[in-house]
Amino acid sequence: MSEQANNSNQESVISVRMMDIITALLFMAVGLTVMVGSLKLGASWGSDGPEAGYFPFYISLIILLSSAVTLYQAAIVDKKKKTESFVDKESFKQVMAVLLPAVVFVLGVQLIGIYVSSVFYIAIFMVWLGKYPIWKAIAVSVGVSVALYLMFEFWFQVPLPHGSWFNPLEFVGVN
Amino acid sequence: MEEISALFNGFAVAMTPFNLLLMLVGVTLGVIIGVLPGLGGANGIAILLPLTFTMPPTSAIIMLSCIYWGALFGGAITSVLFNIPGEPWSVATTFDGYPMARNGKAGEALTAAFTSSFVGAFFAIVMITFLAPLVAKFALQFGPPEFFSVYLLTFCSFVGMNKGSPFKTISAMMLGFALATVGMDTVTGQLRLTFGHPELMRGFDFLIAVIGLFGIGEILLSMEEGLAFHGAAAKIRRQVVLETWAKLPKYWATSLRSCLIGCWMGITPGGATPASFMAYGVAKRVSKNGENFGKGEMEGIVAPETAAHAAGTSALLPMLSLGIPGSPTAAVLLGGLLIWGLQPGPLLFVEKPDFVWGLIASMYLGNLAGLFVVLTCVPLFASILRIPFSIIAPVIIVICAVGAYTVHNATFDVWLMLGFGVLGYVFKKLDYPMAPMVLALVLGDRAEDSFRQSMLISQGSLDVFFSNYLVAGISSVALLLLFWPLIGKFIGKKKAAAA
Repeated sequence: MSEQANNSNQESVISVRMMDIITALLFMAVGLTVMVGSLKLGASWGSDGPEAGYFPFYISLIILLSSAVTLYQAAIVDKKKKTESFVDKESFKQVMAVLLPAVVFVLGVQLIGIYVSSVFYIAIFMVWLGKYPIWKAIAVSVGVSVALYLMFEFWFQVPLPHGSWFNPLEFVGVN
Repeated sequence: MEEISALFNGFAVAMTPFNLLLMLVGVTLGVIIGVLPGLGGANGIAILLPLTFTMPPTSAIIMLSCIYWGALFGGAITSVLFNIPGEPWSVATTFDGYPMARNGKAGEALTAAFTSSFVGAFFAIVMITFLAPLVAKFALQFGPPEFFSVYLLTFCSFVGMNKGSPFKTISAMMLGFALATVGMDTVTGQLRLTFGHPELMRGFDFLIAVIGLFGIGEILLSMEEGLAFHGAAAKIRRQVVLETWAKLPKYWATSLRSCLIGCWMGITPGGATPASFMAYGVAKRVSKNGENFGKGEMEGIVAPETAAHAAGTSALLPMLSLGIPGSPTAAVLLGGLLIWGLQPGPLLFVEKPDFVWGLIASMYLGNLAGLFVVLTCVPLFASILRIPFSIIAPVIIVICAVGAYTVHNATFDVWLMLGFGVLGYVFKKLDYPMAPMVLALVLGDRAEDSFRQSMLISQGSLDVFFSNYLVAGISSVALLLLFWPLIGKFIGKKKAAAA
């Protein structure tokens, strides 16, 4: 990207201005989606008062207007300003190191249930990022999962997901 | 004084052994939540809310509000000892709290912080006790146009009071409203904006949004900063507490000023964070020791802590009396009321006096319990912060996932939570405010209902919002606040031209 900040010693992944532009465009996309949806529902005055799309239509109109101003600010007005880094490479890696495993974890919650996924997630996180010995990681992660099980299924009687695809804890009586 | 006798009835409701136990549990949990990064008052309560569905509503709200008090107290611990604000409203406390701790006065700093928090909260609760019933009585005469104009005032004041770009505030707020409209339309029963996805029929629950925005988003941000905790050791001896208490009355003027700033900012949805900064700034300007601020001046702890607690507490006033929360946490509590089958708003005082006065009485007791817990257990809470982030982070994400799932027992919501987490991270870095978005998501349906009812009354004319003095007054103030950034700019230019 041409707007990369050169003044900092850390490499920038994306500039604040670029991020502002992308976010404003996404806002406009949301605005358009809501507008289309509310027009389909009917955004005018029906026989018995305002139709279901009446209120959302004006909401979408305001989103479009306000994000257009933000877009203008970022794309035209801030063009000459010195570019700041939104996130540098090192930080971005750190953030991804949390986010990507979290995505896998949520997928795991859906497929094999929350207890086994939590054990894997916490243990891998501790060993990989925290450089803990494996036995410590397993002790903590199993401890958390057992505590969750006792608290929710036992005391509060709130069932947590056991896995829609495969329930690995079926053989110990969790179903 | 019917308020006094109502309050005593409230104490009778709140003072059952079960409720007192819940208070202690709530405050302790709250402090832990306030100390941990990624968990705060709003998302902590959101996560625990589903666990209270089976409790009697009064006990449930007592526990949840005590979590809130605990979180308010907890923020100060991390600010003073670790220079890490556990909550945004305790940022200003780090300015003088951490230097004091480094000078070996951690005990004094913490005592001052906790005591001023208590004073601020107490002031706000007394105000709620006497003002809330009056506001509620007054609001009983409100019709749909008046209610909509109050909603308008709430949201416009976000635009007027926020320091960042007003357009970003409006965008974030309207996104909240747009998300609130998804799902079943409450008036016509039509499905709106689901685009054929059955998962969207439930709509976007604000609890999921709160857990994602404030929980996951916060974890991502802390990760980026690569947190390493280097904390001062802390122990509060009774001697130190008594000595500090003897010094505190000297700062009565700062306290009172901060109480007033806090209450004002809490009732109008400015919130605890700006209140604490404002109080700190004013104290610095007015105080004789102003130039010592930032180097470890006790007055610099008293001012922001008092204001933050006064604001955090008085945010419950509009929630109780009008059904309009003054902060994201108050919004979560309001969501709880709806789930327990209570209709927040002026009628609550008439229909459920036990509930309202039980809650108000529990505020007195809960803050007292909070002060006691934090003064005695500081070393314990400080040790929580010594747990490395590589353990805390995944555990908090797991807890957030559990919290998001239990709202509707749906794994789709856990995905939504992750999405809101990324949104929270980006919003925070780009200065899009999250509080108006959350409030819009909570109040969207109700604001829309009152708008549509008003439109029905007037047959589609906007004149209805200026049809009598009351509604016209509120609407005008709202519009004034909405255009305040523009007006302020204009005045600034004129001044510059004159100079």
